[in-house]
Amino acid sequence: MKYINEFRDGAIAKTIAANIKLEVNPTRRYQLMEFCGGHTHAISRFGIVDLLPSNVHMIHGPGCPVCILPAGRVENAIQLTQIPGLILCSYGDLLRVPTPSGTSLLKAKAQGADIRMVYSVSDAISIAQDNPQHQVVFFALGFETTTPPTAVAIKQAHALGLKNFSVFCNHVLTPSAISHILQSPEVRELGLVSLDGFIGPAHVSVVIGSQPYAYFAEEFQKPVVIAGFEPLDVMQAILMLIRQINTNRSEVENEFTRAVLPAGNIKAQMLVSDVFELRRTFEWRGLGLVPYSALKIKAGYADFDAEQRFQIPVLSIADNKACECGAILRGVKRPQDCKIFGTVCTPENPIGSCMVSSEGACAAHYSYGRFREKDHISPQDK
Amino acid sequence: MCLAIPAYIEQLIADNRAIVNISGIRKEISLELVDHVVPGDYVVVHVGFALQKLDPIEAQHTLAMFAEIAVLNNDDATQ
Ligand code: SF4
Repeated sequence: MKYINEFRDGAIAKTIAANIKLEVNPTRRYQLMEFCGGHTHAISRFGIVDLLPSNVHMIHGPGCPVCILPAGRVENAIQLTQIPGLILCSYGDLLRVPTPSGTSLLKAKAQGADIRMVYSVSDAISIAQDNPQHQVVFFALGFETTTPPTAVAIKQAHALGLKNFSVFCNHVLTPSAISHILQSPEVRELGLVSLDGFIGPAHVSVVIGSQPYAYFAEEFQKPVVIAGFEPLDVMQAILMLIRQINTNRSEVENEFTRAVLPAGNIKAQMLVSDVFELRRTFEWRGLGLVPYSALKIKAGYADFDAEQRFQIPVLSIADNKACECGAILRGVKRPQDCKIFGTVCTPENPIGSCMVSSEGACAAHYSYGRFREKDHISPQDK
Repeated sequence: MCLAIPAYIEQLIADNRAIVNISGIRKEISLELVDHVVPGDYVVVHVGFALQKLDPIEAQHTLAMFAEIAVLNNDDATQ
């Protein structure tokens, strides 16, 4: 298929790998964070780490929306499903996210809760239209990529005058998470993760554009290269980061010009700002409370806000003690540093959220990286 | 859920929706977030919505950049 095969060409991968090898400075380390779960998946699936010199390290970031949703919000959703007659619509990955008390939406469904897996929020609207006697709640989550579709659905529900549709909003923002990681004490004081540059997300950037990253490039003096999801995109972005680091530049560059414009998708941004506003603070798994990092539904659309329609308490639930997802999401630990990785915790029986979605660092490493011989050194041991 | 792949627009249908072909699989998607999409275009699809049109000329530029062989002078090597 066009736009896929030519971006996975093995011969060209070798050319880029040779360029990287030629240009790295062998006397230094390069610690690069791929923010986005889609890149984590591509790096693991296509074995990109094996094509990199041993002093170039890829650190997984927190950009997997299923992984960063805190247990309290999952518990809130499970509680919603206990309301008689309520139908909860959710993206599939979320159903398997375990809570520390050992439940999940999937288990609630097995016990009779009416939970429907949907591919798109449009399906949730159809379900609401087909079931006028039931309250239908869409469990909305994700970064800037899934937010515009949710905005479209809320406006559509408004236009249709739907009385039984609402959204449990958990949409979060990428730039605030990246700043938070850079400002976290672990990064600032302990120096546990020293990051030299970022691979900027693909589809988030399709929506928000390349401009919002100018702030960190400037403020934190870190280069950012926005990359597409295919393996050659990721490799080229690594090369572009190495070139910036070698020449002491901290700029925002765009490798994914076939889809990312400097200003992004303005139509999508306008829909989002029409329907949503910033929350003062929101809890992220692994990052804790992050100010102004999430969205809530504006008062004008309160009729479609599940948090207005139902009693949804603020629950802050600590993760399972053995689970290292928090440190992994901050880039401080790797999946194989978790004692129960691959033994107690597997994709079939996830204990933490990073093992659930295929973009989660633990699931990606379990599926593709587990048996690799050349194992890179953990970010802490320097 | 973030994994998204390019989709080929086969046919525009009612309500600003389209039938796309994703590696041989047909799917219906919404065009609410994009403008001026016509059959024959490729779009980035995410959770059932086209997020952007793919630009074939930029794609060619990127492929050409991949094939460049690095020279040791870093300044020259940066596109
Ligand atoms: S392997 Fe499982 S328990 Fe360990 S950090 Fe990953 S998700 Fe958490």
